[in-house]
Formats: sequence, C-alpha cells, structure tokens
Amino acid sequence: MSEPTFVDARRRLEAKDRSLRDKRLSVEAAAALVRDGDHVAIGGCLYSRTPMATLREILRQRRGGLTLSRNLMCYEGELFMVAGAATALVTSWMGIGLPWGLSRILREFVEGQRVRFEECSHLTIGLRYRAGAMGVPFLPTFSLLGSDLLMTAGARTITCPFTGELVCLVPALFPDVGLVHVHRADRFGNAQIDGYPHMDADIAAAASTVILSAEEIVDTEVIRRAADRTVIPFFAVDAVVEAPYGAYPHECYGRYDADFAHIDAYARGVAAGGAAAVQEYLREYVDGPQTFEAYLERFGRARLLEQSRIARELTS
Amino acid sequence: MEYTAPELLAVAASRLLADNKIVFAGVGTPLLASALARTTHAPHLTIVVEGGVIGPEIQPGRLPISTNEMRAGLRAMALPSITQVFLYAQRGFFDYGFLGGAQIDPFGNINTSVIGPIDRPRVRLPGSGGANDIISHCREIFIVTTHERRRFVERLDFVTSPGYLGGADGRRRAGLLFGKVTRVVTDLALMDFDPETKRMRLAGLQPGVAVEQVREHTGFDFAVPAHDVRVPPPTPEELRILRTLDPDRAFLG
Repeated sequence: MSEPTFVDARRRLEAKDRSLRDKRLSVEAAAALVRDGDHVAIGGCLYSRTPMATLREILRQRRGGLTLSRNLMCYEGELFMVAGAATALVTSWMGIGLPWGLSRILREFVEGQRVRFEECSHLTIGLRYRAGAMGVPFLPTFSLLGSDLLMTAGARTITCPFTGELVCLVPALFPDVGLVHVHRADRFGNAQIDGYPHMDADIAAAASTVILSAEEIVDTEVIRRAADRTVIPFFAVDAVVEAPYGAYPHECYGRYDADFAHIDAYARGVAAGGAAAVQEYLREYVDGPQTFEAYLERFGRARLLEQSRIARELTS
Repeated sequence: MEYTAPELLAVAASRLLADNKIVFAGVGTPLLASALARTTHAPHLTIVVEGGVIGPEIQPGRLPISTNEMRAGLRAMALPSITQVFLYAQRGFFDYGFLGGAQIDPFGNINTSVIGPIDRPRVRLPGSGGANDIISHCREIFIVTTHERRRFVERLDFVTSPGYLGGADGRRRAGLLFGKVTRVVTDLALMDFDPETKRMRLAGLQPGVAVEQVREHTGFDFAVPAHDVRVPPPTPEELRILRTLDPDRAFLG
C-alpha cells in the first residue's frame, strides 16, 4: 500500500463535492465507490458495529487488491482474504475472541505470504487515523519505543527538539474509503453513535470517501435537537445507506447483541474446514442472498428481535 | 479445596491490586481478577477496559468476551473512544496493567506477534492489540499466564511489548521513561525482577509446587530466594466469588 501524503489527501478532499445535499444511496451504489486496490478502513471494533451490510456488498462486487485497516480485525478479514479481495491488513490484532483461539485463515494467508500483515499497536493505529483526521503527516507517542512494532508499523523515532527525549512518530493513515455504521444519520450524513465511539469519527475525517450506513435515517430536525450527539458532520460523508441490523451478526450498542451462536458456528466450521468452510460461508451469506434484507432473512425475524431484546436489557 | 489454573491465576492476580487504584484490564483472567478484588479488598478499584470503558460494574454471568462489546461497559461511568482511553494511559492515569503472552523472556519482554521470522513466520499470532501500549504507559505491569517451557524462553522471536528490553537501563535507553513490569503470576509461581539486573527471579511458589517443577517449565535460568516462600492458596470465599462471576466457567476452565 502506498499511502497518499497529507498533501495528496488534502487535495482530494478539496476537489470533492462537500455540499449539504441528499446523499442517500442503495448499498449497491455506495459499495461501487470502492475501487480495486483501495485502502478501505473499517469502523467499529472487532464484533461491534462492523459495517457488515457495506462489507458484504463490496465482496459481492468482487473488488480486489484491497488493503483493509481496522483497530481489531474480526473474521470479516477472513472473508476478504479467502474471497481474494484483500492483499494487505493493517491492524493491531486479528481474531474473533479468546474462546476461538488463533485464526486459521490468518495463519494460512500470512504464513503463506499471500497477504501482508502490517501490525500496529491499538493506540498507534488510532493515532494513525487521528493524524489523518488532523491532516498532518504523523503524530508523536511513547508507544512502540524499544519494540519490533516500530518496524511493522512503519514508525520512526526522533529526538524531541524541546526536551531531548526519544519520541516515536507514527505515520498518518489516509484511507481511500472509510466504512462506518452508526445508529442514526440524516440524508446529508450527519451521524450519531450511541455507546462506544470506537475510532469512527477519526476514520471518517481521515478517509477520502466515506460510506455511512445507519440503523435509521432520521429527519435533520432530530439531529438538530441533539446536535451534541453528532460525531460525524455531513461534510465528511459521501454516501448514506439505510441499513437496519446493518452490523449483524455483530453487535450494535443498545440495538442488538452479537449473534454468538452464529459466530461460534462459523468459527467451528473454519476450525474444521479451513478456507473451504469460508468459501461455503461466502456462498451462503454473501453471494446467495441478493439483497441485505434477504441476508437478514437467513437469520429469521424472531432471532433478530431476540438479539434486540438482549441489547435493550444490557443497556437499560 | 480444589481449583483450576485460571482460578489460581485470577486469585493471585487480584491480590496484587490495591484499593483506590485504577487498573487497565483485558477480558478473561485480568477482568475476573479485577472484579474479584473489587468484591474483596479493593472496593474502590476502578476498572478501565481497552474498548473504551471507564468504571464498569462487571456483573455475574455477564462477562464480556471482547473489550468493546456491551457486556464490557455495564453501568460504566464513561465510554470514551479507544484512542482516548489509551491516551489517558499515556498521560499516566492508570496504576496497573495486565498482560499475557505467547513468549516471555527473562526481562519481561513479550511476544504476541509471530513465532519465527516476521517476514516468514512459522506461526502468525493475533498481534499486539493494546499490549504494547499498556506495557509502555501503565505505571505497574503484571504478566499473568500459565507456566510453560515454550512460553518462558531465553530469546523472543519478536518484541511486541517491551519489558526491561536488554536489562538494567533498557527501558530508559529506548525512551520509555515510565512504567515497569513488577510481577509475573503463573500457575506454578510468583516471579519478580532483580532490582539491579532486571532479570526475572522466583519470588514465591504456588501451593504444592517445588522449585524443580518451575525450572522444568522455564526455558531460562532464574535466581531462587534463600528461604522457601509460599503463595497462600485461594480461599473458599475467593473461589466462591469467582464462580459466581463466571457461572458458565467461560474463563475459569
């Protein structure tokens, strides 16, 4: 991946239409904004608020050569590797969670040198998005010092010109596309998130193109009444996709719990069958259902409502 | 009383946490240890979780599997962004951090990235996550892990998280001005570090364990105290609380 410089990133931003306009698109039209070879930054974290509806459509459209970046990468990374869509991962950690152990797919693709793994720490990937969001080429930190992650994160050390102490500089990430799933947005792209903010606001400001999906599209009046809740302003957003249950089977804070039975079945399948099991999953959940609604029907209405009930109980 | 290795680890780790402090805890044993400490001797201990949670109240039967899911933030006092949580760590707000690792060397350096060379790994591990940040920024670090020879190695394949690096002034020379690894809690022993050389040494034995056993399961030499030091076994009350917290034994083994 050759990341654009802060100058390139600024020029790209200046050149695009940042007007207050209706940006509602179908998920198909929004996903078509992603080009082969793009760096795609994924919002949420692990199995929380993953922009699944958009990711699924990018896979369906057979994009290739993508670099995926995410703070903690869940099995969406496996889907992209096995589908042949991703050639590099920028992340601090990849897996599903402690109970499921090492990712067999990650091992196969990275050990086989089919996919590059550019490892950062959790803070430094956050600072790399933050630097992008600030429009600066790097940010200083005391993470990574003395470790081998300095190399894998593309970081440098310098002597601080003020104090004479060593400081680590991490390079900005300017993703071509940022994918963010939120609780509510208006048609212009003003977006509000409940619960964990993760790194989404920084990703949205750092990326050249932002595809926003939302549990619900609300009137701008609703946004104005709680403007302090708006974490992504419209001018950072290029497409607004209405996608209820748009992170499913991952969780959306207060809206629905992660479908652990589904995730567990997937993980068991992959542990037993490897990449072939992922291919099977892609056929059944990505290529099979023609629309996201059809995809959700595979889980069934009752299951979705039950996951919503659990989420309300957990956050009430 | 019978107990599992995870129960022993959680109990031994919880006793390292003093009241009125702030602990950066990952899911699994660290969170159980912190929740246990809050129930026993440290009711004013504040838990901070990597996914962006300050001051959650961990609830029995609702243990989170990841640090950024709803169960990690129950009744929290604040839900900042992940970057912000780590920046609070860098600023110096957090007293304790817990870490594990696939490989740990005598100076408390940790590898959770790769076995074998980085450009051609034999085993690609999940990666740092927040480990590098926690060990770089929290004031005091506890390593908590099962004691295995393949884990405690003389040399790491990759330094994901810096302990004392090359020893004595290793951290200082790398620019790490704050924080230190002070204890290694295992199912066989409690280890600490020589104040001069910063090399790991035996500080105490878990109940029923002999020094020879620790040697057998450690891939490097370590100093042994002149007198036999024993870690007190888990009390029935500590075990009862742990088992209430994790009734399905998702993390207790």
